[in-house]
Amino acid sequence: MRRYSVFAVAREALRFHQGWARAWANPEPKKRYDVVIVGAGGHGLATAYYLGKNYGIRNVAIVEKGWLGGGNTGRNTTIIRSNYLQDPSAAIYEKARSLYEGLSQDLNYNVMFSPRGLLMLGQTEHEVRGYKRTVWANNLQGIETEWIDTARVQKLVPIMNTLGPRYPVLGALYQARGGTARHDAVAWGYARACSDMGMDILQNCEVTGVRSAAGQVQGIDTSRGPIDCGKLAIVVAGHSSVLAEMAGFRLPIESMALQALVSEPIKPCMDVVVMANTVHGYMSQSDKGEMVIGGGTDGFNNYTQRGSWQHVEETVRALIETFPMLSRLKMMRQWGGIVDMTGDRSPILSTTPLGNCFVNCGWGTGGFKAIPGSGWAMAELVAKGTPGPLAAEFGLNRFKEGRFIDESVAAGVAH
Amino acid sequence: MLTLTCPCCGVAAEETELAPGGEAHLKRFGPGASDEDFETYMFARKNPKGVHFERWRHAYGCGKWFLAARCTATLEVFGTYPAQTTEPPADLIARIKTRRPDWEGCK
Ligand SMILES: Cc1cc2nc3c(=O)[nH]c(=O)nc-3n(C[C@H](O)[C@H](O)[C@H](O)COP(=O)(O)OP(=O)(O)OC[C@H]3O[C@@H](n4cnc5c(N)ncnc54)[C@H](O)[C@@H]3O)c2cc1C
Ligand SMILES: [Zn+2]
Repeated sequence: MRRYSVFAVAREALRFHQGWARAWANPEPKKRYDVVIVGAGGHGLATAYYLGKNYGIRNVAIVEKGWLGGGNTGRNTTIIRSNYLQDPSAAIYEKARSLYEGLSQDLNYNVMFSPRGLLMLGQTEHEVRGYKRTVWANNLQGIETEWIDTARVQKLVPIMNTLGPRYPVLGALYQARGGTARHDAVAWGYARACSDMGMDILQNCEVTGVRSAAGQVQGIDTSRGPIDCGKLAIVVAGHSSVLAEMAGFRLPIESMALQALVSEPIKPCMDVVVMANTVHGYMSQSDKGEMVIGGGTDGFNNYTQRGSWQHVEETVRALIETFPMLSRLKMMRQWGGIVDMTGDRSPILSTTPLGNCFVNCGWGTGGFKAIPGSGWAMAELVAKGTPGPLAAEFGLNRFKEGRFIDESVAAGVAH
Repeated sequence: MLTLTCPCCGVAAEETELAPGGEAHLKRFGPGASDEDFETYMFARKNPKGVHFERWRHAYGCGKWFLAARCTATLEVFGTYPAQTTEPPADLIARIKTRRPDWEGCK
């Protein structure tokens, strides 16, 4: 692989950009791989990358029914933070956040990580108390967050109306190292690095069945023919239940639509990420100038990647109170993704009832920020067959044992 | 917008009037049940891509719970029926089968 660098840009500028190689190969499926990963979203690709990088396992295929990064990874609002309440969450999200800091260098691909700072507004006394508790928890976890007062919030976000009649801003939980990254670039960067290690990314290849014998996984059936594998990792977000059904078990997951929208591009007006969980809305400004807006999930099972109109309306209505200038903006695009919601709103990285078959799912509305850490922990789980410290608490058995990692009480929205 | 006809009051209710209640016909396991049964009842969900039986409440209408059959892959509604039953009515099953010949039935 030819490295991207300022010299490469200069060289190509002199020859009409004819020399750029394809970022990843488009191979035919082989008969067998040591590890097959289903789903070429961020989590699947990162799992493959760290399998190769940390464990030297490179006979790997990543099987994708559509195009890589075309699932939730390419549809999310790219918020990155690690200010979670529970210790296991804080550990894996902080691992991810810290990997994001060096990811562009590591992958030799600009993922445009922008640690611009992130605010979670306290808009009720309840929320204020909850976030102050989170700050204390974060301090114990070694994660830098602080509680800031309304005056500082106003200074950081001049366009905010902190005196809203229904939901005044009483302060905010501030993570200065939180921010955003370019979602597509994260998928593309990992894909390029995986392809460079000799792994096969098989796009337009839908998994239609899982083959097993004596309780051990043998391989998969796909729209491009059967493929044998030593180990299988299912990393398909909203389609996790469908794949689990093929593999013969059931998951504590429900698939729902989550929507986002962007405004027309405007001049820079907000250089931090703001989340307002009481009213279920959050917003940041992209490098192009669009206001990127998201809200809560629709409430019912849905696989259509289309959400209900009134949820968009609810989100915008709520945000307009806090950001009155939004009312004059045109919204350009609106879309949906299918998110995989667990009962405790925490992810699952786990062995399964089927031998040598592993799942990574349940990231729901907030897994973009977790991609590097999740891939890191999942690679360890797949390579060793048992979870390491980052994944240990996220096993499926927690539902039987009542050991929930209850983040749903810590924040109404999980981004 | 999703519209479901409430079998209790007969109103064709729009989504904003309704509160979703998750998978229908779960077999309840309570005190004395095995851990596996209790876990399955509490957490394991079919979450099918296709025909789904589910609970809804006519929250901003008559307030009653009812059940609906809907396709999660197309958002097509097959029908609604009262909640006082342990399985979907036969005529609804027949209607779904004409619309979805490949459907494997209630599992
Ligand atoms: C609107 C929206 C906003 C969000 N905002 C944020 C945010 O601000 N911050 C944040 O951290 N997270 C956010 N998220 C959540 C985040 O996007 C997801 O948690 C994350 O992208 C999941 O990545 P993934 O790799 O697990 O899944 P995906 O990117 O969905 O990848 C799964 C892949 O599996 C493939 N697949 C499915 N079935 C099959 C099959 N049978 N055979 C082969 N391939 C298959 C799919 O095509 C897909 O490409 C948001 C999500 C949405 C929808
Ligand atoms: Zn009614």
